[in-house]
Amino acid sequence: MSYKILKKEEVAPAVHRMEINAPDVAKAAKAGQFIILRIDEKGERIPLTIADFNPETGTVAVIFQEMGKTTKQLATLSAGGFIEDFVGPLGTPSDVRKVGTVILVGGGVGVAPIYPQAKAYTAAGNKVISIIGARNKELLLLEKEMREVCSELYIATDDGSKGHHGFVTDIMKEILDSDEKVDRVVIVGPPIMMKVGAGVAAPYDVEILVSLNTIMVDGTGMCGGCRVTVDGETKFTCVDGPEFDARKVDFVELMNRLSMYREEETAAKEKYEHKCKCGLH
Amino acid sequence: MSEKSKPKTRIPMPEQPAGERINNFEEVALGYSKEAALAEASRCLNCKEPKCVEGCPVNVDIPGFIKLLTEEAFKGAIEKIKATNALPAICGRVCPQETQCEARCVLGKKGEPVAIGRLERFCADYERGKGGNVSEKAIISEVASEKKVAIVGSGPAGLTAAADLAKLGYKVTIFESLHKAGGVLSYGIPEFRLPKAIVQEEVEYIKSLGVELKPNYIIGRVKTLDALAEEFDAVFLGTGAGLPRFMGIEGENLNGVYSANEFLTRVNLMKAYDPEYDTLIKMGKKVVVVGGGNVAMDSARAALRLGAEEVDVVYRRGEEEMPARREEIKHAKEEGISFRLLSNPIRVLGDEQFNVKGVECIKMELGAPDESGRRSPVPIEGSEFSLEAEVVIIAIGTSPNPLIFKGSKGLSQHKKGTVIAEAESGATSKPGVFAGGDVVTGAATVISAMEAGKKAAKAIDEYLKKN
Ligand SMILES: Cc1cc2nc3c(=O)[nH]c(=O)nc-3n(C[C@H](O)[C@H](O)[C@H](O)COP(=O)(O)OP(=O)(O)OC[C@H]3O[C@@H](n4cnc5c(N)ncnc54)[C@H](O)[C@@H]3O)c2cc1C
Ligand SMILES: Cc1cc2nc3c(=O)[nH]c(=O)nc-3n(C[C@H](O)[C@H](O)[C@H](O)COP(=O)(O)OP(=O)(O)OC[C@H]3O[C@@H](n4cnc5c(N)ncnc54)[C@H](O)[C@@H]3O)c2cc1C
Ligand code: SF4
Ligand code: SF4
Ligand code: FES
Repeated sequence: MSYKILKKEEVAPAVHRMEINAPDVAKAAKAGQFIILRIDEKGERIPLTIADFNPETGTVAVIFQEMGKTTKQLATLSAGGFIEDFVGPLGTPSDVRKVGTVILVGGGVGVAPIYPQAKAYTAAGNKVISIIGARNKELLLLEKEMREVCSELYIATDDGSKGHHGFVTDIMKEILDSDEKVDRVVIVGPPIMMKVGAGVAAPYDVEILVSLNTIMVDGTGMCGGCRVTVDGETKFTCVDGPEFDARKVDFVELMNRLSMYREEETAAKEKYEHKCKCGLH
Repeated sequence: MSEKSKPKTRIPMPEQPAGERINNFEEVALGYSKEAALAEASRCLNCKEPKCVEGCPVNVDIPGFIKLLTEEAFKGAIEKIKATNALPAICGRVCPQETQCEARCVLGKKGEPVAIGRLERFCADYERGKGGNVSEKAIISEVASEKKVAIVGSGPAGLTAAADLAKLGYKVTIFESLHKAGGVLSYGIPEFRLPKAIVQEEVEYIKSLGVELKPNYIIGRVKTLDALAEEFDAVFLGTGAGLPRFMGIEGENLNGVYSANEFLTRVNLMKAYDPEYDTLIKMGKKVVVVGGGNVAMDSARAALRLGAEEVDVVYRRGEEEMPARREEIKHAKEEGISFRLLSNPIRVLGDEQFNVKGVECIKMELGAPDESGRRSPVPIEGSEFSLEAEVVIIAIGTSPNPLIFKGSKGLSQHKKGTVIAEAESGATSKPGVFAGGDVVTGAATVISAMEAGKKAAKAIDEYLKKN
């Protein structure tokens, strides 16, 4: 089986958007779900959130950041190329329904998963306020697209090159402190951002959801590699999640578990980059 | 030849020496030579009422094939086996023969039983060496059918059902959630016991019967079982028991604690032992494996081959009670794996970096027998001890993955998560849906999964002829 890459563009430095022909996935996908892909026979299986999908054309879009070996290799593929395996939709879809006012907070590539959610929450009749952030304005994703599907859009950059100079969570706090009656907050981004965001929102009378990015293998509940502790219980992110009640997530454990293969990952990346430079690749 | 004049012991299986094999993932048991096979075959008494056949879940005509073997009619021998067992290269290697066919062999009363499994393997390998599987292709039925059958899961149950239904002329599609077919044969049982090339050959053979294989296709996610049952005339569920159990003890989520499923998937399916592959795996000098079944043996022996220097298997009962095949326990011992029997982990110990550094265990003694008739272990107070470990692999059992039930109605299950199905037909509470293998029995054996696949294929054929 292989899956054709229909489109590829660099949407920010080292961040790429890819459209893939995967009709079965596109037909079944819902906001909040993800896929797992394997580039070739020797590749790793890595999870990526479904950033957009079209059941009519049978296409699924992913947005990924070059991190290590696999995402760097993925970045070298272009339209017309193929990905060996592409399985999904995985995970429990976001519980999108009419709740009233929803704040969606996305940081870094976390903006990508926020986009289908913004579409879905808006379609379900909610007032959607989105806050998107990045280190600097070059790295900011999907601003135009997000504007089209939200009632309000706020921007924050770490260096102040665009929007609020500071964190997305600062803006979130301001809104929570204002007269705006907020019913739900959804935070997606690097674990540290979700942890901090969850802490900021916790004292308010509002539902807080986060989408966790654990290490995964199969994505079907058969390995347990993706386990997290939620409310003192072990859960499998790939089937029970990826979305969980932020107040109950053990973020320290989550971050520790993400560092499990740090040495091996660095070695793999160095080996890959070395190979590329030698032209042996 | 009279019974008396037959040698009491079987011809030994040539094996890679323990000291060598722990450095590679190649097969441990090398297989009989033709001479060895003929010599072993000649021990069979060709019993009129062969007890061995009763011990085999699919009733392979054991004296029949062994007789052909002694006559050097190799093609006939393999055909005889394949008449009831579609995967002899696999069964010959992994069947727990010592509790099945060989356990009943009359020679076992006074000496060693005929090495039926090894002879079965010999025939299958001989055929494979000759270009294989030719005999089978001719058997495909001419009766073409308009009816479509969906098989969910490509383990031994699904593969067997698919092959039988395809031969009856049905249009068969297998849906498999992983990227490779084979179920546990591909992701669980290691290369050194069951070479993956053999599994893939079997899969190719089943495809050659006209079966369509759809990998990366999860029923319950891509499509519900309800939708599948709507689209196909019948459905067979062979989704196995792939959900890992954890112990629920402190420290179980530390870095370095794996479920056996994850560990073995990384090693076997994702080939972590091959530096050409990107798969990451954490290995340490000291490894503790928890459990006493085949899964625990495979994990321990795989860890050794990945460079572990000391591997301890911690099991809460005694050696007698270990569910693993005797041969695997023997191999594990030869390879230097230590067994901490009548011991149970109570806590995984970690360092500041969240990495595993050891396991605290407690000694156990066997108390009164439980429902299963086995004496249940009880902890001995004050007998705690610690083992050092950088990696801990938990192999204490699995249950069926509930994903298949997502979004569908009408499929009854037991409390433990297994699907309720009629023993003879595999019929479930959902019309047109049949099930068999580990998803019905809980973790069992390759041959019992195949038997269930076979019976279900027959029942599906009968069902479709009526409907
Ligand atoms: C449900 C889910 C959705 C995700 N969605 C996106 C997305 O839309 N866009 C995006 O850029 N990234 C996403 N990620 C993260 C992405 O999977 C990792 O960046 C990727 O696996 C890194 O692989 P690598 O070989 O390039 O880097 P590596 O060198 O292997 O790792 C770099 C970092 O990624 C983490 N990581 C490594 N392997 C995995 C793995 N198998 N699963 C998860 N994290 C891993 C490590 O903790 C490490 O910090 C998602 C992760 C999950 C679990
Ligand atoms: C490590 C290990 C060693 C073993 N050693 C032995 C041995 O030596 N001898 C022996 O006889 N037995 C052994 N067993 C047991 C034996 O492998 C199993 O009993 C047998 O494989 C069960 O077959 P099955 O077809 O029922 O399921 P499985 O082999 O588990 O196959 C089920 C398949 O279904 C797929 N699936 C699951 N859910 C879905 C879904 N929703 N949609 C699509 N696909 C799905 C899975 O990915 C899998 O490929 C061992 C098991 C393990 C784990
Ligand atoms: S299939 Fe298994 S039990 Fe039956 S004869 Fe062969 S090895 Fe023995
Ligand atoms: S019981 Fe033993 S000796 Fe008799 S037919 Fe079977 S294998 Fe041969
Ligand atoms: S990724 Fe294997 S169980 Fe979740």
